[in-house]
Parts: sequence; structure tokens; C-alpha cells
Amino acid sequence: MKKELQHLFRMNKLPHIWCPGCGNGIVLRTIGQAIHESGIDIDRTVIVSGIGCSSRSTGYMNFDTVHTTHGRALAFATGIKISEPDLNVFVITGDGDATAIGGNHFIHAARRNIDLNVILFNNNIYGMTGGQYSPMTPQGDLATTSPYGNVENNFDIPKLAIAAGATYVGRSTTYHDKLLVSVIKEGIKNKGFSLTEAITMCPVSYGRKNKYGDGADMIVWQKENSVNIKAAEKLGADKVKGKYIIGELYNQSKPEYNDLYNNIISRLQREGGYC
Amino acid sequence: MENKPRLIQGNRAVAEGAIAAGVNFFAGYPITPSTEIAEILAELLPKNGGKFIQMEDEIAGMAATIGASLTGKKAFTASSGPGISLKQENVGYAQITETPCVIVNVQRLGPSTGGPTLPSQGDIMQARWGSHGDGPIITLCPISVPECFSMTITAVNLSEKFRTPVYLMLDEVVGHMRERIVIPNKEDIEIVDRKRTDKKPGEYKPYAVEEGSKVPDFADFGQGYKWHVTGLIHDETGFPSNSTKEVKKLLDRLMTKFDDHLDEIIMYEELEIEDAETVIVAYGSVARSAISAVKRLREAGEKVGVFIPKTIWPFPEQRLREIAQGPCKRIISAEMNYGQLSLEIERIVVKYVDFDTALKSNGLIITPEELMDKVRGGNIL
Repeated sequence: MKKELQHLFRMNKLPHIWCPGCGNGIVLRTIGQAIHESGIDIDRTVIVSGIGCSSRSTGYMNFDTVHTTHGRALAFATGIKISEPDLNVFVITGDGDATAIGGNHFIHAARRNIDLNVILFNNNIYGMTGGQYSPMTPQGDLATTSPYGNVENNFDIPKLAIAAGATYVGRSTTYHDKLLVSVIKEGIKNKGFSLTEAITMCPVSYGRKNKYGDGADMIVWQKENSVNIKAAEKLGADKVKGKYIIGELYNQSKPEYNDLYNNIISRLQREGGYC
Repeated sequence: MENKPRLIQGNRAVAEGAIAAGVNFFAGYPITPSTEIAEILAELLPKNGGKFIQMEDEIAGMAATIGASLTGKKAFTASSGPGISLKQENVGYAQITETPCVIVNVQRLGPSTGGPTLPSQGDIMQARWGSHGDGPIITLCPISVPECFSMTITAVNLSEKFRTPVYLMLDEVVGHMRERIVIPNKEDIEIVDRKRTDKKPGEYKPYAVEEGSKVPDFADFGQGYKWHVTGLIHDETGFPSNSTKEVKKLLDRLMTKFDDHLDEIIMYEELEIEDAETVIVAYGSVARSAISAVKRLREAGEKVGVFIPKTIWPFPEQRLREIAQGPCKRIISAEMNYGQLSLEIERIVVKYVDFDTALKSNGLIITPEELMDKVRGGNIL
């Protein structure tokens, strides 16, 4: 690891527990890089995660960190951010954590436009429990709980976040790691709910069953199946069908939850609030 | 100068007690019959520099409450049966992470949606064992509006002192009853803050305890301590451990956390116990009927007393056993459920006295007449 990033990690907790070929380590490093380049105060930064492979990240990160209950990271983070709005609050979550068991918290945190920086590791599977289908497992793919092929539809996570009220949404892959850093960095800059979908790979619990090869094969697949939004605009919708559109997908300014609430508190106190 | 007496509802007394206790964060979800607590705190908290948020569901209400507590705030939530069931996952998280918080349960009739406006005491065992696994809990039960105020403050103080979730269990009658209360002056209210570490970042071990203590010192988030909070079994550094030695060390400490402090935690009230041959054990609104019954029976010359546990968990076992070993010949446990706390009471007293129950769970309170009848050997309940 680069020297300049080492203070952001609990080096004595590494190496990580993730399987060979897993992309989570790449995503974790890009988060560190983005935080480093943003220059935010790390003593005033809290990182919150849920349950699952990606959510183990908080154990490796040298911040105030909370490894919460399954799906609930955003709700814990909301309590932290509202009670102490000056803290920088990040949420690390996975596709199962954020879009299945935590789906309700996900849409409501986005709706509130509360200033949280969410990095959602999408590996298309429940990895930690050994490969059950998630809301992001492609239709037709095999998982231990879809032995005849998954019949369910997927979410489009960026569209879900935008529709729910997120003000910054970006997506990248572990292959496009530099873009991933810049997307996370832009999310940090946004005063409001920011979502980065990080496409990562799970060769052991997902790739193997579907004959997608090893980690290297799957990262090549990411390269071949992603189109930068700028290129996609020129190519037209038909030519990018079925591909991941990556880059900054949405960036809109809107009043942030704490700013609005703090205005009310200031007004009440001007009016001589104390009861 | 004494404040003017007011006539207010139990739920309002809880909300005002929270403000008096220094609560500066509430996250919750509307539910009958506890909604007024949220409504009143939505108004009072921002006026007092605190924050209120109505979350998307009960689970999130509990999660945000714990999150706020990690930044050092005094955090509070309130709900009723169905909502309390949903909160259980994160009540366990507060137990294992030792995050102070208070959960008010204004009990309604269950199971399930049950009777939203009907009083019940059916959640008393859920308060003890509702979240999976063995975990420490303190549970308090006020019987009046003034106690709703004072015991809310006690609940917050105990949660801070012992770094534990604390339940304040009202029942619908206590929550919605209006009664006279004189709010004490601010300077007469004792406030307890969790003990903060005096260690420097780097030297701080978040779950290490000092000799003679079972409660670790706290470091507010955002102060540079960079500590890790997890619901996994952890060692004193806060990081997950698979060592069976560490499992036992953590759980032993959690499950004996209150043992040396029972006198600070356990509260009860007793009336006419000394020569009583029959003692009614009652809590919450049922205790009010029991007091009335005892007064009337005493007027008729009958030797009856009442024991009112205000702390339900840990249960005032020692005092009740002493009573059972005294002149008392018969103990009647009265509650609005099918005998939940009665099991605990029976366990404690059955060796020494005749044990009987006065139970009712049809959405109506137990009346003084019904208790008098029970004491006299009748069976109208």
C-alpha cells in the first residue's frame, strides 16, 4: 500500500479476510485514496457499515468506525450525522445490505438528502453466507438459492437513488479504479446524500457457479461491459444496452437535511426557545 | 420557589423528564399509545438545542438512537409493542456495544397489532429477553405521572452510568392518565453523565475496565480516538474475536454488570407490609388498584399489604424474599397478562408462602374490587 495512505488503515488488522480474487480490497483502497485526496479531517470522520463482506471494511479503517446490524448502517449513520453534523460520515454497504434488508433505509436516507457519503459495493451476490442471490444477481444466473436460475429482476441502483432524492450519484468498477476515486471524491464534495455504486467481483461465491472465471477474468468483464457516461451519450441508448454506465451520473444541488433543521433550531433559539 | 402544580399526562411527563435529564436526541416512529412522547419531544427538543427525527421505521428509530449516543448525546426513543418487537435487533446491539440509550415502551395489548388502545403488561418478559442471546437490561416501571417524570430521569442516568439500554415500561393507563405533578427545579435534579476516558488516543482500549469496575470508559466519536464498534463478540480493544476465552470474558462481564450495584438500581415501594398476612405484588397501573384495595381492606381490619417493584429488571429479589420469610403467609401476584412476572415472583417466594395470581388480560384494568375479592378468596377475575 502507498505510504501516504497507510495512516488511514489499521495496518495491524491487514491482510483482510476477503477471498482470493475478490474486488473489495480495490474498492477499500479507492475509498482511502479519495479521503486522502479530499483532505478531510480524519479525526472528524466516522465510517459506518452494515453486515456482509463489504461491511467488514470498517474493521480495517483507522477512523471512528461502526460495524452495525444487517441493513441498518444508514439508519445508524443518520443518528450520528444529525446529532453531530460537523462530522464527515461515510457508509460502506453491499448490494444485499443496502437494497434488500436495508432497502427502506436506503431510499429514505436519499429522500432526506442528509449529507452521507455512501459507497455501495455491488458484487451481485450474498458472498459472506456463501452465494445466495441478492436483488442484484442478474436474472438467469445461478446462486445457491436459485439453483435453476434467478427469476427475479434487479434494481438499477443509481436510478433508485436518484428517484429517491439523492443529490450525487456515481458509478464505477474495480477495473476503473481511478474513476472510482474521482467519483467518491465528488460525492464527498456534495453537501447532501451521495451514492457511489462500486461494481466489484466475487469469483468464489458467484463467479465460479456461473463459470465467469477467476478474479482476473471478472475484472476484464467489468472493463468490457462498462461505458463511460460521456461516451455513452455519443453512442446512443441502443449501443450501450446491457452495459454499466459509469462516471458521474447525477449531480444536483438541493438543501441538505441538517442545514434545514439547524435553521429551525437557530430561529427557535433567537425567539428565546428554552422551555 | 416551588413550581406551580400542573395536570399532565404520563406521556408528557416522560417527554418533559427526558428534557430535564439532558436528553438531546430522539429518533422514533409514531405508534399508539406512545405517540405523544414523540410529538412533545418534536416540539421541545429543538427549542432546547436538541434534535428530533421521525425515522422511516421502528428499526431505524432504534439504530439512529444508538448512532447519536456514539457521538456522546443522551439518546432516547419511545414505542409500543409492535414497534418494540421491531427494535429488538438493535436493542441487542446496544447491549453488546454498551451504548447508553433509553427505550420507552407504553405497553398495549398484544400479541401482534393486538389492542392498540388497550392497556396491558404483556411486554415485561420481552423487556428482559426480547433480543436474542443473553444480554444485560435495566427495566423501570412507574405507577404515576410524577414517577413518569422522575423515573425517566433515573432511566437516563442509569443508562449513562452503566452504559446499557434501559427500558422505561409504562402501560397505556399510566401513559394516558392525567395527574397532578409539581416539576422539580433544575438544581434539584441529579444528572449523571457516562464516564469519559482520561486516556489519550492510542492508549485507549474501548472495552477495558478498571479494577473493581465492569463499565468501560467512553470516548465520544469525533475526538480522535478512532475506535471500532461492532455487534460481534469483541475483546477489550473493540475488535472481533473468535477466542472462546474472550467470549466468556465479555459475556460474564455483561451479565454481571449490575451485580455490585443493585442498591443503586433497584427501587420499590411497600405499604402496610410489616404485619401483613397477605401481600399483593403489583406494578404499573395495577399497583394503583392494589394500593386502593389494601387501604380499604385495612379499614376493614384485614392484614394486607402491597409490594410494588419499580425496578422490574433486575428484579428486587432480595427484598421480596425477606417479605416472604416474614409474617406473610400468602403472596398474590397481580398483573395485566397471563402471568409473566408471576413466574419470577413464584420462583422467589414459593418456598416460604402460598402463592397465587390475580391476572387479567382483556384490555381492562384490574380494579381494586377485583383485588379485594381475590384477597378474600373470591374468584371474580
